[in-house]
Amino acid sequence: MSGRRQPLDPHLVERLWRTPAPKPAYDVVVVGAGGHGLSTAYYLAKNHGITNVAVLERGWLGGGNMGRNTTVVRSNYLWDQSAAIYEFSLKLWESLEDELDFDVLLSQRGVVALAHSTHDVREIKRRVSANHANGIDAEWLEPAELKRFVPIINISPEVRYPVLGGSLQRRGGIARHDHVAWGYAHAADRMGVDIIQNCEVTDFLRDGDRITGVQTTRGPIAAGNVALAAAGHTSTLADRLGIRLPIQSHPLQALVSELIEPFLDTVIMSNTVHVYVSQADKGELVMGAGIDAFNSYAQRGSFLIIERMLAAAIELFPIFSQVRVLRTWAGIVDVCPDASPIIGPLPLGNLYVNTGWGTGGFKATPASGWVYAHTIATGQPHELNAPFQLDRFRSGALVDEHGAAGVAH
Amino acid sequence: MSGWRLAHGGLIDRSRPVFFTFDGRRLAGFSGDTVASALLANGVDVVARSIKLGRPRGIVAAGTEEPNALIAVEPGLALRRATEVELVDGLAVRSVSGRAPAPAIDETPSEHVWHHADVVVVGAGAAGLTAAQDAVAAGGRVVLLEGGHAAGPLPDGLVDAADFVFLPRTVAVGRFDSNMIVAHERRRGTPGANTAARDRLWHIRARDVVLATGAVERPLVFADNDRPGIMLAGSVGVYLQRYGVAAGRRAVVFTANDSAYVVARDLQAAGVDVVAIVDTRVRPGPTADAGGIEVLSGHVVAGTTGDEGLASVLIVPRDGDADRASPTVVEADLLAVSGGWDPALRLLAHTGARLRYQPSAGTYGVTEVPPRVRITGLAADVNGGVGAFSTLDPVWLVPAPDGSLDRHFVDLQRDATAADIRRAVDAGMRSPEHVKRFTTIGTGNDQGRTSGTNELGVLAALLGTTLEQLGPTTFRTPLVPIPMRVLGGPYRGELFDPVRTTPIHGSHVAAGALFENVGQWKRAWAYPREGESFDDAVLRECRAVREGVGIMDVSTLGKIDVQGPDAGAFVDRVYTNRFSTLKVGSSRYGLMLRADGMVFDDGTATRLADDHFHLTTTTGGAAAVLDWLEEWLQTEWPDLRVRLTSVTDEWAGVAIAGPKSRELLARLAPNLDVSAEAFPFMTVRNEYLSELPARIFRISFSGELSYEVYVKSWYGRALWDAIAAAGADLDVTPYGTEAMHVLRAEKGYVIVGQETDGTVTAADLGLDWMLSKRKWFIGLGALDRPHLTRPDRRQLVGLLPDDPDLHVPEGSALLPSGGLGTAGNVTSSYRSAALGRTFALGLLAGGRARIGSRVDAQVAGWRVPLDIVEPVLWDPQNERRDG
Ligand SMILES: Cc1cc2nc3c(=O)[nH]c(=O)nc-3n(C[C@H](O)[C@H](O)[C@H](O)COP(=O)(O)OP(=O)(O)OC[C@H]3O[C@@H](n4cnc5c(N)ncnc54)[C@H](O)[C@@H]3O)c2cc1C
Repeated sequence: MSGRRQPLDPHLVERLWRTPAPKPAYDVVVVGAGGHGLSTAYYLAKNHGITNVAVLERGWLGGGNMGRNTTVVRSNYLWDQSAAIYEFSLKLWESLEDELDFDVLLSQRGVVALAHSTHDVREIKRRVSANHANGIDAEWLEPAELKRFVPIINISPEVRYPVLGGSLQRRGGIARHDHVAWGYAHAADRMGVDIIQNCEVTDFLRDGDRITGVQTTRGPIAAGNVALAAAGHTSTLADRLGIRLPIQSHPLQALVSELIEPFLDTVIMSNTVHVYVSQADKGELVMGAGIDAFNSYAQRGSFLIIERMLAAAIELFPIFSQVRVLRTWAGIVDVCPDASPIIGPLPLGNLYVNTGWGTGGFKATPASGWVYAHTIATGQPHELNAPFQLDRFRSGALVDEHGAAGVAH
Repeated sequence: MSGWRLAHGGLIDRSRPVFFTFDGRRLAGFSGDTVASALLANGVDVVARSIKLGRPRGIVAAGTEEPNALIAVEPGLALRRATEVELVDGLAVRSVSGRAPAPAIDETPSEHVWHHADVVVVGAGAAGLTAAQDAVAAGGRVVLLEGGHAAGPLPDGLVDAADFVFLPRTVAVGRFDSNMIVAHERRRGTPGANTAARDRLWHIRARDVVLATGAVERPLVFADNDRPGIMLAGSVGVYLQRYGVAAGRRAVVFTANDSAYVVARDLQAAGVDVVAIVDTRVRPGPTADAGGIEVLSGHVVAGTTGDEGLASVLIVPRDGDADRASPTVVEADLLAVSGGWDPALRLLAHTGARLRYQPSAGTYGVTEVPPRVRITGLAADVNGGVGAFSTLDPVWLVPAPDGSLDRHFVDLQRDATAADIRRAVDAGMRSPEHVKRFTTIGTGNDQGRTSGTNELGVLAALLGTTLEQLGPTTFRTPLVPIPMRVLGGPYRGELFDPVRTTPIHGSHVAAGALFENVGQWKRAWAYPREGESFDDAVLRECRAVREGVGIMDVSTLGKIDVQGPDAGAFVDRVYTNRFSTLKVGSSRYGLMLRADGMVFDDGTATRLADDHFHLTTTTGGAAAVLDWLEEWLQTEWPDLRVRLTSVTDEWAGVAIAGPKSRELLARLAPNLDVSAEAFPFMTVRNEYLSELPARIFRISFSGELSYEVYVKSWYGRALWDAIAAAGADLDVTPYGTEAMHVLRAEKGYVIVGQETDGTVTAADLGLDWMLSKRKWFIGLGALDRPHLTRPDRRQLVGLLPDDPDLHVPEGSALLPSGGLGTAGNVTSSYRSAALGRTFALGLLAGGRARIGSRVDAQVAGWRVPLDIVEPVLWDPQNERRDG
């Protein structure tokens, strides 16, 4: 990471991407220039030699969830299928700066998940053990060990839901989301991919059961294959084709504080009290909560979620009490019934979908693009995304990462 | 510099000096000063070093837009702006270079307040006061908010108006859907205020909102525009008028509009030597009255010199050739600039409205106001491009003679320059959002008030485009930074989430119970005796139930009362097994599935009358089950004549379990025939028990002969104590949730949420016999999906380690014979008194067929072999339970 060029380097004047006009036709049109769309385009070019590719973006590249997430990267998922793809992703992260020749500010500072009940303890230990079985680094920390690792955490038993321990993945951490988007965009652009911003896909061109292109606000564009990567808006696009995806779109909110001197050098998450937090390199605390329960496409949530998240945060970290919130925002996340993604063909020829990453797809950016590109280039899922096909909702082969229902006698 | 206090004028009280320290220096001001006005009055020019470049910086503004003068207030080191902190005696502050020290913990509670109003007026300047008066006159509830601390006295009509609330020191931090205004009230120092709640967060639902929020002045972007002594002209005026402070002795005014002319005249009148007014316009506006001061129209300030503070100003013709023009050099210690004004309309943008560049007004504003919102006063004027504050031909970038942009500061707090914007453009960025992220302009704690518009102006200038083409901008809550403790409110400890205790709680406390959180409930976990370990206590409690009699508080179980003519039909649909044929007075164990066929909850349903069922749910699932049932009833089956009522808190319950439970029950309810024939398993009786009217269920979760006795909640403790007293000679033993978990696991009974996780079917648990073949139920349609009938699904099994003392941790993965991955997991694992050994339950791929063979569990990196056995390890024939 050190010494490599980065965008804030005052000497950088190299162009990151072009502003091309759309061509009439491409081999592949990717819809959505979020992290997943951009990495897909990059791996299409890099791994499969397919460079006649356009990424169409209705706004500015990286401006969707890619530019709104809280940048947590980890691979300690419960189920084998998830563990495999997220661990593959983490391995890609670990060499991403060399791969893209771009500083993505990956900081493997460790990710802690807290347990607040005997139920949590059991479930988190279960995940740790499953991680070991999948060759993924994971540790269980007792409260006193946690306190040594994160001195500012409050492990007092007086807290409403005291900390009873937690898991730690040391290889987990954070990265700079914008840099990841720009890095992929830059690398894809260099290989000839056209990234076309301010170009919204409004409909599809079809010939019988085959998709032949897209209709956009900048005119029709023909395509050999169309690959959707529009996150929270994927369902509305699929609607145009009469395909109902098992996706619910919800607001997910986050916030940053003012800059403070560094005092938190790890990522802490608590699903039970709905808060997670890290401190970015510039010094701001970055925090997120659970999703807003209602469905929405408007990029704002209800303020109550922010208030309750901060109450939880101060319980765990009293030192946050005087830190000031600078900015809050929301993204629209695409949630599947089993909280796992869908990456594969749709039941129309030449049409593919990559969606359902919900609240956790940033960390999957490299792997998602890798396997999606493979699927588009070969017409067959990669072994890592084979379990994540749409037909699992018919077969019942779900990969349910919601975790236990939180029920106990 | 060179700031100094005037002998007269301002709203400060010169009879009340106030002493404070700034970076350890002891200074004096007056009551009514802010830290910033006092620093200026003391001639302090450098208030901080900049965050990246370490350049000296001074005070620029007088309000929330101040980018430089950040201070940490002792002793807690809370980060504030010097322009917002009122001077009080003994105040000690430190300068901050962009990044604050970690502040101390502040446990002072804040209050959250909810309020409804017909009209909320934001801003108590002249226009806001008028709007408030009008609203009061029109009748209705009116709230007036003022974020600054200098709202003048209220006009008479308002002082004692009914239904009128004036909130000084209160900033509206957000406007949300349906006109909900969230506002932060800082109460410290408010005379008569209860200082216990130093801060309040108001949530005001308003019919109408009036924005009398004024406007924010923009600086100008030229070389070396960051020196101490370069200030916003309007703010220079504020220091003069409100605080009686002149910010310098020899001043130049540099403006693109008429508003700064007044400031120039006022400075002159106060005794400041105003050398010139440099006006970017060739023809100044109609209200530009220089009062005799020299006006250099059509000129710009192209640069400045100075060491720590400002020394001189370089003035050139605006349209001259910057290279060759020889600048006029004017010595000055104060440069008052006005690049233009932006209406303070960010509250509109919080709820989706976009502010767009209005060429006719030279600023970002709106042409259409959202419904039930009105803009008034200066904000309206500037938005509409009328009046002295309007800048119709803004200058976004004054070129430097050498063409450089490196010291053209756009965002002083982030130390970001026009050169940074140029680099973003060179990198291919066209979207303002990219440029903002690349340069970090506008992301400081001043929320980009003085930098946001200029960033876009400079970007447009560099791209050779117009601001309209750069599109609208968005703003996010909060409007000003707000401490986390204020947003978090008083919801700490027990107020974070309600603590639910049963009516019997006191008895558990008295018995020395340890408690565990189960959802919101505190449940007795175990009752260790003096000197007894937790594990030993659990073993003792288990033994008591298996050999004698134990009692447990089961009041927390969810209870739903189902009544109506269609109650039987309803219950049939929500459970997998049939209930409509259940006889009155009988109970049945029931299973609920989600629509995807996975186990959702379990419990019992008892028929109390033909049209009346009593359902129990898991403790943690109670609310979710009721929601779920209501959802089906209200959305899918509105035709069913059924009503659901949560009665969880109505009833207190005690389980009496163990071989001696019948004897104990007989003592307590002498009128009840407790014989196995008269009161068989899975039936219910209404009977007086120790004079308390009770519902007695013969039911068992421990596998022993057992009853659950329910009384109205307020009798709960009396019931418990009566049972304990009646059973004293039987050594009746209270047992907690841990013993209950062990007992049921010995019996192979599952716990939803422990043996299940949303991926487990009834068949996986060996409960396929509960799936009725003769009726529909929720989840039925999902059950024949191919994956749900596979033989290699994870199925419930018993697991025994070779070493009877080895406890396999719950959660341990069960391993496939080779390779990565998991074949299942240990769901429950205990030491058993009855079995004389440890045992576990688990879910294992193809487990049922593997009974009799072995599997490895992963324990702390080791493979530990386990025998795979039937999950029911205790009384498989149910002789004890049913006897
Ligand atoms: C507040 C928040 C916090 C999060 N925190 C984390 C985290 O800590 N770790 C983690 O791993 N994940 C996190 N996530 C999730 C993660 O951000 C997403 O899963 C991931 O970014 C989604 O993939 P993407 O980057 O391709 O999506 P996006 O960036 O949303 O990309 C989709 C793009 O499609 C474009 N688009 C939509 N419709 C059209 C159309 N019709 N035509 C053209 N373009 C279109 C959109 O404008 C957008 O740019 C978080 C999400 C949010 C909202």
